[in-house]
Amino acid sequence: MAEKKSLGKELTKGIIIENPVLRLVLGTCPTLATSTSVTGAIGMGLSASIVLICSNIVISALRKVIPAKVRIPAYIVVIASFVTIVQMLVKAFVPVLDEQLGVYLPLIVVNCIILGRAEAFAGKNGVLASAVDGLGMGIGFTVALFVMATIREILGAGTFLAGISGLIGGSFDGFSIPFLNENPMLIFILAPGGFFTYGLVMALANKLAESKGKPKAELKGCENCPMAKSCAIRATDESCEKKEVEA
Amino acid sequence: MEMTKTLVSIFLTMILTQNFVLAKFLGICPFLGVSKKVNTAVGMSLAVIFVMALSTAVTYPINKYLLVANNLEYLQTIVFILVIAALVQMVEIVLKKYIPSLYNSLGIYLPLITTNCAVLGVVTLNIDNGYNFAESLICAIGGGVGFLVAMVMFAGVRSRLESCDIPKFLKGLPITLIAASLVSLSFLGFAGVVENIFA
Repeated sequence: MAEKKSLGKELTKGIIIENPVLRLVLGTCPTLATSTSVTGAIGMGLSASIVLICSNIVISALRKVIPAKVRIPAYIVVIASFVTIVQMLVKAFVPVLDEQLGVYLPLIVVNCIILGRAEAFAGKNGVLASAVDGLGMGIGFTVALFVMATIREILGAGTFLAGISGLIGGSFDGFSIPFLNENPMLIFILAPGGFFTYGLVMALANKLAESKGKPKAELKGCENCPMAKSCAIRATDESCEKKEVEA
Repeated sequence: MEMTKTLVSIFLTMILTQNFVLAKFLGICPFLGVSKKVNTAVGMSLAVIFVMALSTAVTYPINKYLLVANNLEYLQTIVFILVIAALVQMVEIVLKKYIPSLYNSLGIYLPLITTNCAVLGVVTLNIDNGYNFAESLICAIGGGVGFLVAMVMFAGVRSRLESCDIPKFLKGLPITLIAASLVSLSFLGFAGVVENIFA
């Protein structure tokens, strides 16, 4: 019974309390880049989640075999293999998505959520817990992307779920928002709108977390980064060191 | 002449209109994490320029003569990330042994760069764009310089932000992102500039 409860906790923590994008500030690059349309965001979220779950399972299964010294390169190879598989599947079955995500699809390899979870969780926990952790984090990533993309697509293009038929098939191809589709605020799907929306959504998430008594997301440039342990900047940057002592 | 024109225009495009951080969202983690102080920002960016140029120089022949020649393009992602990781490690070891002064100023940033998406990004972009060797190299260096420009500018903006009276709910990361949005907005002003320089 206790086992079940803790698994449920692993699953839900990624969605709200430890949302990778909004609370842990991981995976910022794909979040900003692929949240211009809801369809792209869902595609990106699903692809990254699949890679995350699979690599978490394999890495946690191999955690006793991989020597600690070469674990980062080993993790990267596992992750890169799954990214390649996903890349091939997307190219074969959803070519529209491949076009939309472009260079960001192979870049899932360096998505810090995946390496971060491998380092922080899968390398230390059992297979089942790691799979659930990957699922929770993947859902959290997808939800954050979905929220951002909804705001950006509605305001910036005046549509919602445009091009979804390319992803799920069928004839439904999204809504068109009256008025906004004739006069979209283009800036929201351009780069500045991405940063702006991310800032506001994060402020909102902080507010929600605060009301639940959780600390707000901080700019932990260092300890959130999967490379933090092998990083030497903290030797020169006292702000990192201070945080480490606190932690 | 035509060649020089192409190269200069790629270089300027990578810095101004297609800036890695502000337009393509690559390398956001160091952009947000390491831009608190100008000297750290410069050190990190110089290391990024160096690694981007080096990995482009190494992966280009690997891709052309090993992967494409043998129809192994599907291995690109795995091969590139491994080559970059190995390269960064080797550069670190060589610098530590032979040029300790350079290692002390730049080397400490190297391990971080393996997982910097800008490096894998530039390598992949070069292939997607079908650039030749010289163009790829210039694209990598230009991308790195663009990263440097964005980092240094943003470090300045952030030091101003520290002393501002910010609404409570925006404090910390949200206001940093909104500031980044404004910096990125200013770079939108360069749209079309590069195309028209040579017109």
